[in-house]
Amino acid sequence: MMTNQGNRVTQGQFSFLPDLTDAQITAQIKYALSKGWALSVEYTDDPHPRNTFWEMFGNPMFDLKDPAGILMEVNNCRKTFPNHYIRVTAFSAVRGVESVTMSYIVNRPKKEPGFGLVRQETDGRTMRYTIHSYATDKPEAERY
Amino acid sequence: MRFFQLLENTMASETIKEGKERYKSGVIPYKKMGYWEPDYKIKDTDVLAMFRMTPQAGVEPEECAAAVAGESSTATWTVVWTDRLTACEMYRAKAYRVDLVPNTGPGTKNEAQYFAYIAYELDLFEGGSIANLTASIIGNVFGMKAVKALRLEDMRIPVAYLKTFQGPATGVIVERERMDKFGRPLLGATTKPKLGLSGRNYGRVVYEALKGGLDFMKDDENINSQPFMHWRDRFLYCMDAVNKASAATGEVKGHYMNVTAGTVEEMIARAEFAKSLGSIIIMIDLVIGYSAIQSMAIWARKNDMILHLHRAGNSTYSRQKNHGMSFRVICKWMRMAGVDHIHAGTVVGKLEGDPLMIRGYYDTLLDTHTNVQLEKGLFFEQDWAGLNKVMPVASGGIHAGQMHQLLTYLGEDVVLQFGGGTIGHPDGIQAGAIANRTALEVMIQARNEGRDIWNEGPQILADAAKWCSPLKAGLDTWKDVTFNYESTDSPDFVPTTTASV
Repeated sequence: MMTNQGNRVTQGQFSFLPDLTDAQITAQIKYALSKGWALSVEYTDDPHPRNTFWEMFGNPMFDLKDPAGILMEVNNCRKTFPNHYIRVTAFSAVRGVESVTMSYIVNRPKKEPGFGLVRQETDGRTMRYTIHSYATDKPEAERY
Repeated sequence: MRFFQLLENTMASETIKEGKERYKSGVIPYKKMGYWEPDYKIKDTDVLAMFRMTPQAGVEPEECAAAVAGESSTATWTVVWTDRLTACEMYRAKAYRVDLVPNTGPGTKNEAQYFAYIAYELDLFEGGSIANLTASIIGNVFGMKAVKALRLEDMRIPVAYLKTFQGPATGVIVERERMDKFGRPLLGATTKPKLGLSGRNYGRVVYEALKGGLDFMKDDENINSQPFMHWRDRFLYCMDAVNKASAATGEVKGHYMNVTAGTVEEMIARAEFAKSLGSIIIMIDLVIGYSAIQSMAIWARKNDMILHLHRAGNSTYSRQKNHGMSFRVICKWMRMAGVDHIHAGTVVGKLEGDPLMIRGYYDTLLDTHTNVQLEKGLFFEQDWAGLNKVMPVASGGIHAGQMHQLLTYLGEDVVLQFGGGTIGHPDGIQAGAIANRTALEVMIQARNEGRDIWNEGPQILADAAKWCSPLKAGLDTWKDVTFNYESTDSPDFVPTTTASV
C-alpha cells in the first residue's frame, strides 16, 4: 500500500481531490472541447512515473465534439479495464504548444501497490537509483 | 479603449551632409552627426531599443536621444576622420522618435522624462552573444553626463538575430512532457532556513515537501558550498529525498541544484555531478553573468537538464523607474541566453510587482508573438522566431489562500513557489504541501468548470477545507496575510474606456 496522501499515485491534475464523478469528468471534457483540444483515453497497468506511453483506448478523438460521446468512451474503457489506471488526455495542435494540455486519472485499481526505491551503492557516497513498480513483479495482464 | 495621446514629433533631421564640412575637427552636436533621424525607416533586421531619458537641464530631448544613440553605437565625443574609412552612415544608431512621458514635464509635478526610440543596424552585433549586445546597448550610455537618468525600457530583437541564439535549453513544453505534468501550474518551495542546515537536515525538508505533493524543491540563491553544508553533501542527500518521494507518489519530482560557483569550470563540474545522480534540473544565479549563463544553457541542452535561473541582483538596476533597465528586458535577454525558468514576480507576494507590469514579463517569457501593449510596458511588436518558452517562477510571500488570485493573475504556465507557505505549516511540511496541492487542484477544477474563481475563490477553498484538514489549518494560519505596498515600477499608460457616441 502506498503511504502518501490518499495512499495513491498522484499523477495528473486532480489526484488530490476525491474521485471525479461522471458529471465532473464531463465538465472537464467540456472545458477541453471549448479550447479546441482533442481528447483521448489511455490505460495502463504500470503507472511508473516515467512510463510515458500508456496504451491508447483508440486514437485521440479529433472529430468527436460531444462530451457525452467522450464520457461513453471513458466508461467503455473502465468496463474493459476496471482494475487499470485510466487517464483522459487533451492535445492542443496550436503552434508553440503541440503537446498535451490536460491529463487526469479517472480510474485506478482498488489497491495501489506503489513503488520501491532500489539503491545501488557505487563510488564514494554516490548512489544509483531505480524506481521499481511493484505491479510489474507480475506479468502483464495479471497485475491487479 | 484608447491610450494617452503620444506627443506628435515633427522635428526634422539636422544631420550635416557627408563630406568635408561634416568631418572638420572639433565637437558638433550628436544630432548633427547623424544620430537623430526622425524620418528613418525601420528595417525588419534592425535591433530596436526604447529608453526613458531624464535629460540634464538645458539639454533638449532630441540631442539627448542622439547622444544615447551615438554613444551606444559609433560615436565618441569629438569628430574623427577615420569614420570616413567605414560605411559609417549604416553603423550609426538612429534615434528616430522622442515622446514626452505621460504625467511628466510642464504642468505636472514631475521632472520631464522622454521615451527615446533608437534603431541599430544588425551588423553592429555579434551573433549569439548577449555580452556583445549588452556591451553596446547598456555599455557606456548610462553614465553619460548629458543624461541625469536613463532607463532601458524595452527592446525589439529582430528574427534574424534571434535565430543566432540557442534559446531555452528545454522550454516549457518539453519540461512539462518530461515532468508528465499538464494543465496546472507546477508547485515548488525553497528550502528554509536558507542558511545553516546540514545536508542531512536539508534533505529532510526536501523529502517531506515532495512527498506531500510539491513537484519541485529549490536551493536558495546563496546556497552554494558553505562551511555548514558543502555542495556534494547537499546534492547526495537531496537526490535521495527526490527519488524516495518519487517512489512514494509515482510522480516525477525534482530539486533545483544550485551549481553557482566562482568559475564556469566549477559550475560545470557540479552540474555533471547532479546529472550523474539523476537530477532533472539544476539552478544558476543571474549574478554569474551573461556569458556564464549562456555556457550553462548550452551544457543543459546537451545533457537533458532543465535550467533554473534565480534573478539574484536584478533589483539593483530594475526597480527604480527612472534609471537602470526594466525587468522585461532581462526576461528577453534570458530567453535568448537559454534559461528554462526565471523568477518573474508574484503580484500578491512580498516582492515588488504591479499586476500589469508582471503580466508583461510573463508574456515576454511565454508568447510566440507579442503585440504592442503599452499598459503592460510592451513597446514593440516581437516575433519570437520559434524560440522555446521560459517558465516564469512566482516566489516570495505567497500561500494557498491566494490560489484564486495567483491563477487569475499568473495563469497556468508558472511555477508557484510556496516556501514559507509549505514549511511553516502548523502541522508540518507534508501537511503544508498537501494544503497547497489541494488548493491548486480544486481551483483548476473550478476554473475549468466555468466558475468565477476571482469572486468565488475563498468559498471554493473553504469548501475544500471541509474535507482537507491540512488546507483548513493552512488557511486559518495565513488567512489575513497580504503585502499591499505601492509598486515603484508601474505602467505609464492606463487603458481608459471611451464612451460610444
